[in-house]
This record gives sequence, C-alpha cells and structure tokens, in this order.
Amino acid sequence: MIRSLLIWAAVIAAIAVPLIAAAHSPLLAWRDPVYIVAGFAGVLSMGLLLLQPLLAGRDLPGLLPLASRRWHRRVGFTLIFALVVHVGGLWITSPPDVVDALLLVSPTPFSAWGVVALWAAFAAACLGIFRQRLALRYRIWRLGHTGLAAITIVGSVVHAMLIEGTMEIMTKTALCVLVLLASARTLARLRVWDIRRRS
Amino acid sequence: MTNSHLSRRSAMALGGAALVTGGSGLLMPARAAGLAPTRSMRGGSNNYRPGAPIVERIGGGGFWMTGTVRRAGDGAPLPGQRIQIWAHTTEGHERDPQSHGATLTDANGEFRLEMPQIVPAFGQPHGHLAYDSGEFETVFLRPIMASSKDQTLAAHFVLQPA
Repeated sequence: MIRSLLIWAAVIAAIAVPLIAAAHSPLLAWRDPVYIVAGFAGVLSMGLLLLQPLLAGRDLPGLLPLASRRWHRRVGFTLIFALVVHVGGLWITSPPDVVDALLLVSPTPFSAWGVVALWAAFAAACLGIFRQRLALRYRIWRLGHTGLAAITIVGSVVHAMLIEGTMEIMTKTALCVLVLLASARTLARLRVWDIRRRS
Repeated sequence: MTNSHLSRRSAMALGGAALVTGGSGLLMPARAAGLAPTRSMRGGSNNYRPGAPIVERIGGGGFWMTGTVRRAGDGAPLPGQRIQIWAHTTEGHERDPQSHGATLTDANGEFRLEMPQIVPAFGQPHGHLAYDSGEFETVFLRPIMASSKDQTLAAHFVLQPA
C-alpha cells in the first residue's frame, strides 16, 4: 500500500513539477497566449511519454492489465492531441519557422529531432488504432509499435534537451532521464525484439 | 593495368580532399581573388517584413545589434547601405511590425542599432538581419547569441554586386 502510494506520488511529481517549473519561466512574460499554450503542450507531451511505457509495462500499481491497456490508449490519444496543439500553436506564432521544421530545413538542430519524433508518434498511434485491421502477428505488431515509440522517445528527449525554452533545466533533465529509463525498462522486460511465436 | 588508373581508394581520397578544399572556399576560382560573399543563413528570412522604416532605435532599446557591410573581393567598406533588423524581444514577437527597424551603415561600413533585449524564441536566442536593397545580392542572416544574457549581437555582411 505504502509502496504503491509512493510510486503514484513519484509519477505525478515527475509530470507536475516540470510543468510548475515551466510556469515560472521568465520567458512567459514576453510570449503571446498561443505561444505559451504551444510550449506547455510540449511540456505535457514529455510527461505523457513517461506514462506510456509505464502503462504498457503494467508498472503502475492498482491498475488491472485491462485498465492499464485502456489508459495507455487514452494517454496515447491525449499525447497526439497535445502534439497537434504544440505544432499548431507554434505554426500560428511563426509559420515560416514551423514550415522549415516540417520540411527538415530548419536552422535549429532540435527541430528535425522533434519532427521525426512527431511522425513516429503518429505512426505508432496508427498502428495502435488499426491493430485489428492490420491482422499482423502480435509480436510483429508489437515490435513495430514499440520501435516507432522508441524513435518518438529518443527524438523527443534530444529535441527537448537542445531547446532553450520555458522548461527549467534541472526538471527537464530529470523528466527526460525518467522517460528514457521507463522506456528501456519496459522494452527490456517485454523483450520486444523477440518475435518468435510463443510456444 | 597501368599506373594512370586511379585505385578506388585514391580516387576517394582525392575526392574527399577536393570536397574539403572546395568547402573551405579555396577551390572556387571566382573567390580566389579575395573576400568571399556572405551567404544567406537558413531561416534568415523568416518573418521578414520588406520595407521596414529606418529608425533611431527599435522600441525602448537596451540591446545593441552591430555589424559591418563590405564588398566582396576587395573588402571595401560600403557606406549608406540599408540593413533591416528584427527579432523576438521583450517588446514583441518576430512577426510584429514594432519588432522591425532598419538603419544605414556609416562611412566605415559599420552599423549599430539599439533595440529591445532579444529573448530566446523557437528554442534559441537569435536575431535576424537583411540586406535587400537591390544594388547587391540579397543576404539574410540569423546570428545566435552565445548566451541569452548577452546585451549585444554582431553580424557581418560581405555583399556581391547583383
């Protein structure tokens, strides 16, 4: 009981503290509301990227496997929505910068990482939505979904770490490390690279 | 096989050497004579507003954009050249008209324009400068500040006749 409370408290803090820290960024004073919302959608996305591997690995205490899967799907939809708000808000703020980023010709190195992560997230979500219709063997499907998710995670972490934005550096680094650790743990525990048929 | 044939390895080495030399501007005959023209930077023209007015200072000031304008080849300073400057500052977004202003180079081809403090936007503290008057080839620059606490930023143009 104590242990599960501690785990939940740690997960909530890992997501909430970076948001609170970003809310104190001095940069906010010089940004329009649309730009601020776009930035926070990005910060929230990184927090959701922490939840996804924990839900997929059924690591969160008190959630039955079926509930874990259902929440993985809900968080996935929320993540896609947050990413659309992130890119859409940036587009409204400065269209040419976002066009450059989407065409992978941006002068800022972190843009390409973010855009690759974005498309990988969309593709991973599509695999999730069309899982039944694709009729792939389960472990093949899982390798595809987790492979795309891994690209999203690595791309997002590099993207976030290279940016000088509203995220406070210590909380940003801590959240990124947690996202990487949680993802590595789930991928390793599920042995996603093992695509042999279950005997 | 005779010695005149290049082995694949030596051909690659030669090609690599040519790339390095070309990349550093040493193989370009037109530029060998002197100063090479500045090339536009990626994203330099983003949120450009052609024809921004020449101003004493942009907004309340407190930050200095400085630089030089010279002619390609002989490096002669170019006086009276119009340079437009814009950035995301404490007083507005890049696209806002009040964030834009232009200035002219002095007799030494130098310019300096006071503007509000540049703050990081789209992930980097950076400014934008344009030469776009027609006499020389258009150049857009997008210099990045070493630190977002800097209160000055420099950018240099070497222009080539249009």
